[in-house]
Amino acid sequence: MSEVLIAGKSVSVNEEGYLTDPSQWNREIAEQIAAEVNITLTPKHWEVLEYLREKQQAGEMLNIRKIGKSGIVDIKEFYQLFPGGPLKNASKIAGIPKPASCI
Amino acid sequence: MPDTMVKTDAAAQKVEKHPVKKVLVICARGTLEDVYASLIMANGALMEGMEAKMFFTFFGLEAIRKGNSDNLHTATVGNPAFMRNLPTMVGGLPGFEALASSMMKKEMEKLDIPPVSEFLEIIDASGGEIYACKLAADMFHLKREDLIDEVKDIITVGEMYALAEGEGAQIIFV
Repeated sequence: MSEVLIAGKSVSVNEEGYLTDPSQWNREIAEQIAAEVNITLTPKHWEVLEYLREKQQAGEMLNIRKIGKSGIVDIKEFYQLFPGGPLKNASKIAGIPKPASCI
Repeated sequence: MPDTMVKTDAAAQKVEKHPVKKVLVICARGTLEDVYASLIMANGALMEGMEAKMFFTFFGLEAIRKGNSDNLHTATVGNPAFMRNLPTMVGGLPGFEALASSMMKKEMEKLDIPPVSEFLEIIDASGGEIYACKLAADMFHLKREDLIDEVKDIITVGEMYALAEGEGAQIIFV
């Protein structure tokens, strides 16, 4: 675990770059992490990120099936919004831990 | 020689890695657990940002036969790992296999593991590609219309190998 400066704010991240404390997250941080994985956040992205944060805070295990049933995006769209490991990237941008699910 | 140097992040990144970029999962079996193993590995690859292709052959075709995907069973006879203390003859009683399979499916649902048909849809929507084996399809007299819509094509073994072309590709046989 280490402290890094993202969007002018000092936050703690794990060795893979995931925020370890979701409360340190803000929109500027999300935008900067997104830029690192070549994603420009649109309103649809934000909807997904908010959904992920909500579910994570509620203690729910996130997986691709849940995303598909979220009513926010379908699975195809989710892969298009967050290419290259969608749930991993989306979780990183949302400032929540890396999903530990195999689904 | 052991590497005793403590690597910094930058140094660690310089170590040459050969990441898996693509998987071809061959599913040759039609039992519940083997089909799920195949689906989970293919879906897991897609979720990691890799490419994934699936090739169903022989009894594996049962998983992609229209209307049959959710009727797969686990073997209760000839499966010594299944309920160790269960006498083999009990496992062979009528209805026992169906009961055991439905119990397994219920446990999976609790873990949010989708039914096979839904799992195949998820893999297709995620950009994974599903293929059927030509020889096995011929043998079981299955045509394109007998298979689920997500099946991209019925292909030969040569065409299957072509699916695994490229650097960082791995073939997984189940």
